[in-house]
Amino acid sequence: MLNAEEKQLIEQAVRHYEHPRAACLEALKIVQERRGWVSDDDVRDVADALAMSPAEVDSLATFYSLIFRRPVGRHVILVCDSVSCWIMGYERIVQHISERLGVGLGETTPDGEFTLLPVVCLGACDRAPAMMIDGDLHGDLTEEVIDQLLVTYRGKKME
Amino acid sequence: MPVIYIDDQPYEVAAHHNLLHACLGLGFDIPYFCWHPALGSVGACRQCAVKVFRDEHDRRGQIVMSCMTPVRDGLRLTIDDPDVRRFRATIIEWLMVNHPHDCPVCDEGGHCHLQDMTVMTGHNYRRHRFAKRTHRNQDLGPHIHHEMNRCIQCYRCVRFYHDYAGGKDLNVFGAHHHVYFGRHESGALESEFAGNLVEVCPTGVFTDKPARRYYARKWDLQSAPSVCGQCGVGCNVLFNERYGKLVRVDNRYHYEINGYFLCDRGRFGHDFVNGEERIRRPLARESRGASLRETSADDALSRATQAVAGRRVIGIGSPRASLEANFALRELVGADSFYLGLSDAEFKSANLSLALLRELPTASLHEIETADAALVLGEDLLTTAPRMALALRQLARRQPTAESIVACPVPEWNDQAVRELVQQQKGSLFSATPGPTKLDEDAAAVYYGELDEIAGLGLAVAAAVDQPSAETDSLATQIATALRNAKRAVIVSGGNEAVMQAAAAVVRALRRAGRDAALCLTQPEGDTLGLAMLGGRALSEVVRDGAECVIVLENDLFARLPEADATAFLERTKTLIVLDHSITRTTARADVVLPAATIAESTGTFVNYEGRAQRCFSAFAPQPDVRESWRWLDALRSSLFWPTFDDVCRAMAQAVPAFAKAPDAAPSAAFRQIGNKIPRQSPRFSGRTAITAQLNVSEPKPPDDPDSPLAFSMEGSREQPPPALIARYWAPGWNSVQALNKFQQEIGGPLRGGDPGVRLIEPEAKP
Repeated sequence: MLNAEEKQLIEQAVRHYEHPRAACLEALKIVQERRGWVSDDDVRDVADALAMSPAEVDSLATFYSLIFRRPVGRHVILVCDSVSCWIMGYERIVQHISERLGVGLGETTPDGEFTLLPVVCLGACDRAPAMMIDGDLHGDLTEEVIDQLLVTYRGKKME
Repeated sequence: MPVIYIDDQPYEVAAHHNLLHACLGLGFDIPYFCWHPALGSVGACRQCAVKVFRDEHDRRGQIVMSCMTPVRDGLRLTIDDPDVRRFRATIIEWLMVNHPHDCPVCDEGGHCHLQDMTVMTGHNYRRHRFAKRTHRNQDLGPHIHHEMNRCIQCYRCVRFYHDYAGGKDLNVFGAHHHVYFGRHESGALESEFAGNLVEVCPTGVFTDKPARRYYARKWDLQSAPSVCGQCGVGCNVLFNERYGKLVRVDNRYHYEINGYFLCDRGRFGHDFVNGEERIRRPLARESRGASLRETSADDALSRATQAVAGRRVIGIGSPRASLEANFALRELVGADSFYLGLSDAEFKSANLSLALLRELPTASLHEIETADAALVLGEDLLTTAPRMALALRQLARRQPTAESIVACPVPEWNDQAVRELVQQQKGSLFSATPGPTKLDEDAAAVYYGELDEIAGLGLAVAAAVDQPSAETDSLATQIATALRNAKRAVIVSGGNEAVMQAAAAVVRALRRAGRDAALCLTQPEGDTLGLAMLGGRALSEVVRDGAECVIVLENDLFARLPEADATAFLERTKTLIVLDHSITRTTARADVVLPAATIAESTGTFVNYEGRAQRCFSAFAPQPDVRESWRWLDALRSSLFWPTFDDVCRAMAQAVPAFAKAPDAAPSAAFRQIGNKIPRQSPRFSGRTAITAQLNVSEPKPPDDPDSPLAFSMEGSREQPPPALIARYWAPGWNSVQALNKFQQEIGGPLRGGDPGVRLIEPEAKP
């Protein structure tokens, strides 16, 4: 069930558009910001709120790779695998993170701290290789920088 | 008309088409997947590539998608060029990368568009050596089988189910190489038109689940053209048989009626043909109180003949039996003793329909789709005439788009951008019903009320059409304005007399105002209108009159009369003779039961809601003791009058002036193509010599068919038959249903030789 705050935010978003369904992506983001991911129940609730069918909402939700339809860890690491980062050795970066966390791309650590995902571009070619954790951009990555970041985030509660 | 040059040869083509549509229409073979004449172009599959040239000096050319390229005068192209051939073969190789190549166990095999196109492009060697992407399938309910691994991402299913038919529970999930077509979670598909996925899907993702029980390839099926009797719309269907079982029902294209699509009741509602409840042997009882026992046809007939001789016999007809069967009964008992097997309400509604159709013009489903405004009075069409509801939805979808297209000219097949522009704007479709219906979401305005209130609204609309006023706040005025502004308006009603009269009043008012308006009245069963045209007495009179001997034709009196009346009437009847194909409460009380053939095993004529007479042909010969009703009834008379179907049909045309044109519904049994009958079986029909080997090693003689120009055989004419006799869609290289392209005058247009059937009712008011 959507809580009162989510409902109110979705209603606010709906007011920006001629048709309620136009606010679908906004509504999914509102839910994900608060719950970390979008469950099947959430899809049905958003569908109810926007007079859509669950299939229509899910079609949109699954199209966007950053709407998470499976649970993710407290921190989501997005490693850029686009061309500049590839030239600058993103594969080495991914391998290092994988070793440190013990998980591969698309996986979540058993303690639920981190989820590791690839992303096609972060728009940070000048600071390649780059990655994003919980919306913060980190560039010019090296093994040392990554180790430091993982320690920092592990101690950090999700805001 | 513009002229295009294909390999330097000039061809005249229609201006509003895309290049693929035009080239297919000219008879060229271009492989394609995502394009569909009823669903338009999206350019998703990249399969229909051709090469176009700037001018006659350009030898280099440019590869374009023919489905996304409009026809223009002087356009030069080539279909058969090494570059495009290689391009198309590469595309299909990509599409097949994740395809499981499981044709031998796939139900689509043998009528698969993907197989046809793969052969057509010449991609015949698989180079892909890697693991394939696989999906989990869903349980989509009792009708549709899901096998997602076979998908080639043409998006036809969603474009039909969601966009065309308005279904909300099937969609596309994911993106790029992770695309999944299905439901949000497993569960039965909700749309009344889900069965069309079977034909829309170019491969075996969505297949006919009931048909899977009878493992059979298309080339092994014995088929015949027929008509669906589940409601009064009269959609054309193909019945397909193997081993004496009805295996599947396919759409039979009719430009004016069902086009490319059927409703699920038509496609999946004919299982009674194979049902446990079928009566396969004549039944008789020694005396009242004794139980019904199986007997021989001769014994049953002699009992029935004795019962009929010298007594007052009455006959009760049926709206689900053919015209010929009802006529044969009327001839046997006499017009005075012939009762229409309709309930009181059905009787009044059918007779009023007939009177109104003789006065006012009506509209085919195609005319409904292309009308500019429609008003539905009192009918829940998704229940009473589902295919008509789908036609009205197209009106509602098309109209706002068509208006925007005038402002910004894009071809109708490429209106995706315009649909984005109009968003959820509704066309001029109005609906007034006793409660919510699934058509409501397509309607511009909806009204709920009791039937007399709906009739009142209709009369108010008629009054507002007569006297347009400036005030637009009332619903009646809003509807009247939309109807007056329409180039062509359609009023749909049915069932209730007062509501039908109100609908007729709206049509009359529009015609007085010089507008083109038509009245469509739904009929509950396949031959309701035909029965009213034949004419007879009301069933309620029979309860009062009573009779010593009663013959009931393919009807269950308990479904037509109040329980007490039916029981009392049958108790007073001394001898009850019932002809039917399945057990009913009426057959259970009969003294003699004669097993009737179902629609899939008989030749007959049915009259649809427009008054169009259409012929159905038997897909397979009934079992020895099962006969068409008109044959049983003919045998009950003192001597045989009608050896063949044409005899009874001609006798009916002479005796009943309304049916004078009924024999023209299809060619007679004497019709031949280059001296040959038209085969019901394909040239590849297998197992002919072995199919009954468990009974006798000698190959049996195929049954004769004196009633139609079709033969129960694989031998016969190989020519394309006249439209009323098309038993399957097949053309060299085209095994799938898309072979239909080769049978049409123009792709998506009427069949070659004109669409079958003949309208029997000429309205006084000319359209």
